[in-house]
Amino acid sequence: MNAVRVEAVKDDDAALPIISVTGLCAWFGRRQVLHDVDFRVDAGEIRVIIGGSGSGKSTLLRHLLGLLRPRKGDVSILGVDVAHADSHTLIDLRRQMGVSFQGGALFTSMSVGDNVALPLREHTDLDESTIRIMSRLKLEVVNLGGFAELMPSELSGGMVKRAALARAIVMDPKLLFFDEPSAGLDPVVSAELDELILKLREAMRMTIVVVTHELESAFKIADSITVLDEGRILLTGTADEVRASDNERIQDLLNRRPREVEVDADAYLKRLTGEVD
Amino acid sequence: MATEVARRKPGLVERIGRSTVGVADGLGYAGMLLFESVGYLLVGWRRGQPVRPRAIAEQMRQVGIEAIPIVLMLSMTVGLMLGIQFISALSEFGAESEVVIAVAKSVTREFGVLITGILVAGRSGSAFAARIGSMTVSQEVDALAVIGIEPVRYLVAPALLAMLVMMPMLTIFADAVGLLGAALYCSPILDVSISSFMMMAIKTLTFWDIGQGLAKSVMFALLITLVGVATGFGVSGGAEGVGRATTRAVVLSISSIVVADMIFSFFVNR
Repeated sequence: MNAVRVEAVKDDDAALPIISVTGLCAWFGRRQVLHDVDFRVDAGEIRVIIGGSGSGKSTLLRHLLGLLRPRKGDVSILGVDVAHADSHTLIDLRRQMGVSFQGGALFTSMSVGDNVALPLREHTDLDESTIRIMSRLKLEVVNLGGFAELMPSELSGGMVKRAALARAIVMDPKLLFFDEPSAGLDPVVSAELDELILKLREAMRMTIVVVTHELESAFKIADSITVLDEGRILLTGTADEVRASDNERIQDLLNRRPREVEVDADAYLKRLTGEVD
Repeated sequence: MATEVARRKPGLVERIGRSTVGVADGLGYAGMLLFESVGYLLVGWRRGQPVRPRAIAEQMRQVGIEAIPIVLMLSMTVGLMLGIQFISALSEFGAESEVVIAVAKSVTREFGVLITGILVAGRSGSAFAARIGSMTVSQEVDALAVIGIEPVRYLVAPALLAMLVMMPMLTIFADAVGLLGAALYCSPILDVSISSFMMMAIKTLTFWDIGQGLAKSVMFALLITLVGVATGFGVSGGAEGVGRATTRAVVLSISSIVVADMIFSFFVNR
């Protein structure tokens, strides 16, 4: 299958990319889940990665977050080679990144305010009153100004995602990741979150990477879209280029056409009986 | 053919091989957790990853202070039970007076630390596995890592240090309460006061009697913590997985401390 790749390089071709992935391959056991993925995100861009279940989105994201080290290929984030970085360098790198996880991943033993304040408490020497003011400000950015004292279990799904976003931006990161921001939210709350992502980019000049399977949301917020399928990049381009693609798999995804899947009974049974990882 | 594949089950050698690899993998992982935790405790502050005293104090409260009532109750019960058994057995030889030395040595060398170990494994080993397991499932461990907080430093190192401090203290407490329990039953039969019984017991003990129990308590603290946290980090499969991990952590940690106790006793008492 011929991959069409349109790099959304902005003003300056020579500018260093914020994210650069080259020839990335990944395996779970003997099963290959990413095949020679090449990927580049430039400063100030909102890049959305879309793809169906099992397309390799989450594995790619875990490599971008430095939670998985590449076994083959290169991943460079903000100029740091993730494959060869020592743990100290990785920690420094992560301080420049914010992540909003699919389920929020708020620490359930802490209040919302303490969740947001945690990165400041761990990584800065600010006094407690300053930390409280800064975390309140970030909560106000996501419209949760009066909710600092509540526990995560007392919030709705949309509020949890916004609180997680406040925690992700509290250190003013250069790079912000969203993992399925719309998952489990109703369309209105989902649209509010999309607006918030756009507002954040405008206000804080961040580079944003969103992993989602919500097409409406993707087309609304993306400067460019990368389509993943079975661990391969099918296309990187603008929303219009993705819509206009004649790639059958992309059109299946856009038009929600179910794929005819041939189940390999032998392989499936081998996996069940533990013959194959 | 698919049906032939379905019928094929791994043979004995294959199962032994897989189990061996699994055990080696688990031991290696636990060793790595121990090595990293000690590193963070000693020089974490130099790498910008300090282990916070507040986190250690909180863990000490949970694993130590909160365990006092149950350790008190069961150690007292075991002390009483030992008193009953030893008086009964020794009276057959007319040697009731030897009950003091029998109770003192068996409580300090064996029963105090073993009861404490089993209780702490049930309370804290399962709590470590459940806490870290549910954090793993809900991506909180990933969130810690991407915030720039090493999960081992934040979750394991404080628990390990708290256990290494509190287990010996709980063991000394259990020894004292166990002896008191035995004294409550035995002193009227021996026609001595409780305080006299306690003084006689303390006089019969050597440093090594108490040292054996304390050495075991340190070993149990390591085993319970490492089994609990390693099981927690290995959780997959949502809430059901957390439940399975919790049970597994309790069974594994109790089994490991009993076996380790036997091996330790064998070598030091030969």
